[in-house]
Amino acid sequence: MSVELLKGNVAFAEAAVRAGCEAYFGYPITPQTEALEHMAKRMPELGRVFVQAESEVAAINMVYGAAAAGMRTMTSSSSPGVSLMMEGLSYMAGSEVPAVLVDVMRGGPGLGNIAPAQSDYLQMVKGGGHGDYKMIVLAPATVQEMIDLTLLAFDLADRYRIVSVLLADGSMGQMMEGAELPPMKPLAERPAWALTGARDRDTNLVSSIHLDPEEEETFNLHLQAKYAEIEANEVRFEEHLLDDARVAVVAFGTAARVAKTAIAGLRAEGVAAGLLRPITLWPYPEAALRDLAARVDALLVVEMNAGQMVEDVRRIVEGRVPVRFYGRTGGVMPMPEEIADAIRETASAGAASGAPADTAAGGSDAPAQEVPA
Amino acid sequence: MKTDLIIAGFGGQGVLFAGQLLAHAALDADLHTTWYPSYGPEMRGGTANCTVVIADEPIGSPVVARPEAAIVLNLPSLDRYEPLVRPGGLLIVNASLIDREVRRTDVDVIPIPADDVAAELGNPRLTNMVLVGALLSRRAVFTLDHVAATLEKVLPERHRHLLPANRAALERGAELADEVGVAAATD
Repeated sequence: MSVELLKGNVAFAEAAVRAGCEAYFGYPITPQTEALEHMAKRMPELGRVFVQAESEVAAINMVYGAAAAGMRTMTSSSSPGVSLMMEGLSYMAGSEVPAVLVDVMRGGPGLGNIAPAQSDYLQMVKGGGHGDYKMIVLAPATVQEMIDLTLLAFDLADRYRIVSVLLADGSMGQMMEGAELPPMKPLAERPAWALTGARDRDTNLVSSIHLDPEEEETFNLHLQAKYAEIEANEVRFEEHLLDDARVAVVAFGTAARVAKTAIAGLRAEGVAAGLLRPITLWPYPEAALRDLAARVDALLVVEMNAGQMVEDVRRIVEGRVPVRFYGRTGGVMPMPEEIADAIRETASAGAASGAPADTAAGGSDAPAQEVPA
Repeated sequence: MKTDLIIAGFGGQGVLFAGQLLAHAALDADLHTTWYPSYGPEMRGGTANCTVVIADEPIGSPVVARPEAAIVLNLPSLDRYEPLVRPGGLLIVNASLIDREVRRTDVDVIPIPADDVAAELGNPRLTNMVLVGALLSRRAVFTLDHVAATLEKVLPERHRHLLPANRAALERGAELADEVGVAAATD
């Protein structure tokens, strides 16, 4: 294996092929279309399934079917297309079928535009479809992670019979970076629960219907126990320059890597800044964040949205330390300089305020600022 | 070591490929690199640009507000990026298509009539390589030999016969940039 220059969209698609994805269903949408294009060529070449569905609604239900048949299967799309998949994702959660969804987020709401955004955080992390369900949400920040987290997404999906989401943004999909692809994995055996034809064995049932409320509650308790197990075992995050940090940025994906450049500049100026980068957005690195909140003067959450993950950060931190927010919306990427300014302001406010206080700031291009209580 | 540049022009002028070539060359030199394109619905005729960052350590931001260097292939790109190049940076201008003077005096300005040079070399599609050659003359990120070797690796089979012409374009661009540099030094 060797490092090659790969576009994020091509990287995750080829990683899926090598992870043993047997069936891909999708519908073109920028900024993830290169993935569909790659799959259209690669999957038939390998005798596997590629279908350009008539819509995203159809695509996700084809994924549901292939998953019920025990195949490693996936779809990919971008924000408006993913919105169309919500019903299917809820059904898949209710049926406990494993699958992988890649959302290469773009500016919204509505049709929006094709530029990079992170404004599907709440939709992916908190549900989006109906009912009490969770999906494992992985947030890549490099093209290498587009590959590595795709492999992980399939493994976790199978292990927990859950939908795993690779939550990337337009920038991660479109950028090229050096990365190494894994060797081709052999295709997995069909799991025992799958619908493979019931000759000479008991029938299997894959369904999300439980008409009896007591029975549905028992199923829900089973789901919640499974989610608790995932929260206990599958948290992943990166700590960057946090050992001596007085101010810490919390950011994921592209926002996190832009913040790293800002932090490098600030470190050269003598500002003790660091970064906590959640890699799993669900399960969230709650313990690491709580621990961090006890050590720093202030936190700055940076997102390419109007303030979504910051709701989780404030919930977890419980007012122990001031939490500020800096965000750009509508497909605008923050530049390192503006993040550096927001970190400086957060650092000086944090040093000034001895007592912990919860602060808020506007989104858009407003600098991080305190909102009077 | 860290450098970053923006290459900008019309779609179809080879802007994105020129950036990819530099990114490939960076990987071939065991450096870190990111290539980030403007991406839009249009295939050609619209504006296109890409940002390339090259460093000897992992790269954070793939976008830069103030690039160290810019190669501009048309007037709208000069208008957009002239004010943004960092002081002391490099601004390479496709003088064949841009007839206005560069106003900045705090950057190294290299006007190259790249379309004319490409036409002289017999292929108008070599414009981007002429300008990459000029870049290599002014910024010793890679040698011309290194980039030519990378090009040989990344060019699709059906374009291999164009290698000598591409090499000539790189060399001619570098020569012209050297001449501008010498002229500036003796001013």
